[in-house]
Amino acid sequence: MMEVVRIPPFESLYLEHRDEVYGFLVRRIGRERAEDAFQETFLRALRGYQALRHGEHLRAWLYTIAARVAADEHRRRPPAVERHDEAVLDSRPEYAELEHLADGLPAKERVAVVLRYGYDLSYADIGMALGSSEEAARQAASSGVRRLRTRRIEIS
Amino acid sequence: MTVSPTLDKRFRAAAAAEGLLDVAYDLTESPIGPLLVAVSERGLCRISFDPEPERELDSLSRAFGARVLRSPRPVAEVKRELDEYFAGERRSFDLPVDIQRLTPFNRSVLEELARVPYGSLTTYGTLAGRTGRPRAARAVGMVMNRNPIPIVLPCHRVVGSTGSLVGYAGGLERKETLLQLEGALLVGS
Repeated sequence: MMEVVRIPPFESLYLEHRDEVYGFLVRRIGRERAEDAFQETFLRALRGYQALRHGEHLRAWLYTIAARVAADEHRRRPPAVERHDEAVLDSRPEYAELEHLADGLPAKERVAVVLRYGYDLSYADIGMALGSSEEAARQAASSGVRRLRTRRIEIS
Repeated sequence: MTVSPTLDKRFRAAAAAEGLLDVAYDLTESPIGPLLVAVSERGLCRISFDPEPERELDSLSRAFGARVLRSPRPVAEVKRELDEYFAGERRSFDLPVDIQRLTPFNRSVLEELARVPYGSLTTYGTLAGRTGRPRAARAVGMVMNRNPIPIVLPCHRVVGSTGSLVGYAGGLERKETLLQLEGALLVGS
């Protein structure tokens, strides 16, 4: 039988990932707004912590929350510069919808697809979220997309 | 990139203020060494000697839930009362304790223990008698050994029937120091 990975004390998770999550937020939305977003990310993580059923992929889970907080922040207060980014963001599917669509994928592929196509993360960042390489992230995203396409064909 | 101490502090305070924690804890210095002090929403739930963070966090997480975070504000009152106690300015603690998860026997022993006054000694047998099980001295000894909240629940005041100190989960030296502080033991005895 597979052993369930235990959910660690929140303090351990926080100490292990706070700096990289903060760095990620600074890259996404700038230092000035990263502080509030950092607090919001970990408060959301705490709010969701009791509902977790196992301790697998917690780093990816944190990055997904951080990406969502950054996206919310982006929509609430779009920066004056970087207008071109917004157009790109708008043409993408709603990230909430994408998360729903990707629900049935294996965990790594799901995270890669959601972070890449829902939140527009670089493969380097997705690699960090997955605890693997940029190349592995690219592969996970592309096999996730392939799987989604096959599934759509099956459905239709 | 590192999170600044200010931001770190702000998050830890906000987490506690929003009531999102199963356990808030902090470390504090004392004359008997560093202590880890932890509170749940019900009250003081742990005081540990020689804390090894990883082991302590695991144990707190198993007992009370995984939302365990170091956050000084919720434990500030406990730290203050401990400081006063060690300074000899406080003889009893005004702190709610959380021992709800223990077995009924352990709870009733600890409740009796809490009534043993500052500066006085009792024996394992006497304590067993007060919980209605006069022959359970050994079991009472075990409860003392596993007391999750030493100092505040004063297991250092419990000694053997011959007056020997017997044992202390934190080491006999600490038991002696606490009893000397309370004037229950002559220095050098």
